Amino acid sequence: MEKLLDILRELHPETDFETETRLVDGGILASFDIVMLITRIEEEFDVVIPAKDIVPEHFNSVKALYALIEKISEQDD
Amino acid sequence: MKSVLDDLKKQKKLRPDRMMFRDEAETLTFADVAARSDAIGSALLSRRANREPVLVFMRRSGAMIAAFFGVWKANCFYVPVDAEMGEARIRSIIDRVKPRLAIADDSADPLLFSCGFAGERLDAKAILSEPVDPAALEAAEQARLDTDPAYLVFTSGSTGAPKGVVGVHRAVLDYAEQITRALRADETDVFGMQAPLYVDACLKEILSALRCGAGVVLIPKKLFMTPVPLVEFLNAHRITSLCWVVPALTLISALHTFDAVVPQHLKTVAFGSEVMPPKQLKIWRDHVSARYLNLYGPTECTGMSCFYEVDRDFSDDERIPIGHAFDNTELFLIDENGNRANEGEILIRGTAVCHGYYRDPERTAAAFVQNPLNPDYPETVYRTGDLGRINDRGELEFLGRRDDQIKHMGHRIELGELEAAAKTVDGIDAACAVFDRGRSVLGLVYTGAADKAELLAVLRKKLPEYLLPKRTVRVDALPLTENGKTDRKAACAMLYR
Repeated sequence: MEKLLDILRELHPETDFETETRLVDGGILASFDIVMLITRIEEEFDVVIPAKDIVPEHFNSVKALYALIEKISEQDD
Repeated sequence: MKSVLDDLKKQKKLRPDRMMFRDEAETLTFADVAARSDAIGSALLSRRANREPVLVFMRRSGAMIAAFFGVWKANCFYVPVDAEMGEARIRSIIDRVKPRLAIADDSADPLLFSCGFAGERLDAKAILSEPVDPAALEAAEQARLDTDPAYLVFTSGSTGAPKGVVGVHRAVLDYAEQITRALRADETDVFGMQAPLYVDACLKEILSALRCGAGVVLIPKKLFMTPVPLVEFLNAHRITSLCWVVPALTLISALHTFDAVVPQHLKTVAFGSEVMPPKQLKIWRDHVSARYLNLYGPTECTGMSCFYEVDRDFSDDERIPIGHAFDNTELFLIDENGNRANEGEILIRGTAVCHGYYRDPERTAAAFVQNPLNPDYPETVYRTGDLGRINDRGELEFLGRRDDQIKHMGHRIELGELEAAAKTVDGIDAACAVFDRGRSVLGLVYTGAADKAELLAVLRKKLPEYLLPKRTVRVDALPLTENGKTDRKAACAMLYR
């Protein structure tokens, strides 16, 4: 979780990611931020995020995003 | 023809009930758009508008484009503003232009007045019910000149002040012909528009609708975060043509989208504004069979000036050419001594060259110059500041910038503008903006007591979203070159310390 928070804070240091639940819907993550975010996650966590999972409900909060990464890692194992 | 309004007249007759613009709120036919522009034009004329800038501060929509045409009908030029440009940019535009009239919807509140607008606010909805005055519209048409300004759009400036580029009707008319030929647009096409309306990029779709009767669907911005719903949207609206910035296309190709869904109706995929990585182009071409066009051109020459239609494969280290100039436009290369060369700065001449920068004689004189190859009579050409070369096939290639200007997220950025904004923040002593081309990351390296979060919070108020750094690093001292200037290259390397 800390690793994921670091990636997000690097993009937007001014956001309180631990409590924010509208990262996409609230416009905090900008258009095209998502490519960089996913590339970093794929590098750091050694996972491939399927395109169909790139939807607001998985990216609106750190909790949801982390759950997605865990789910994908488990499937890979 | 004196302006593309003649095209609107023609389309209204040919296909009144065809969809011209569709957005999240509504669908406007050619007849709707023509009627709205008549109402808006009449309302402006009744306020004695005359060859003056009219601010159009609205939500990105077909209604906003209809307002542009309305401004033209009153022989005025539109200045497009969107809330997402950020307060400081809007303030600086209003300060430079001091418009007497603004067409605004609720997205402009409270920014319009809080950013210093002191004129009359015309409500974008209410204005549509004002009476149409055919005699006034006719008189305005008679008085129109094709050398009059059509719009004023602002691009990044190195000293922090954005530059207002004055677009001209004559150049827009020419662009309508050239861009629709390049795109091979026709009345069966449906464009999926990605561009914001406050840049010149949106002209490609608008002119395809006007000249050829194509339909334009404005794609909601939020879809450019979710590649699968984005492609599903293209399929649902039977989109045939895209003119997108490179990051919008690579959003789809880089995130394995084609494993889940593939665009079904695309015929034309045009891209520009920055360099397309060959690897991403290959993914697109492997999955979607369409014409692929690499477009190049500066705002100062009315959008795009040349294009290359992809006709071969490229390896990762090859450059995709920008090809050949549009008809009625010349791109030529000048070496450091001002002589024609096969490699050098790209200069552009032709009717596409616009009038210069608004209320900015100094920067106009620096970029709009006498043709260095013509000592005989006055002829203004535009110095792009871009470097190019002619390859062995006779195609033009883009090599990069002469100065510190970059292309990022489809927007032209002067690194100096980000630096200038950062230096105004309390607790910042020095700042160096950098661009890591490899990772396509805009970064900021600074010295001073301010912490990153404070800095970003202040920058967010001052700058449009695309100018915000994606990596910010505080250092004890900025690296210097031998000449004592900030060493941008070394500073860029500090981003990942």
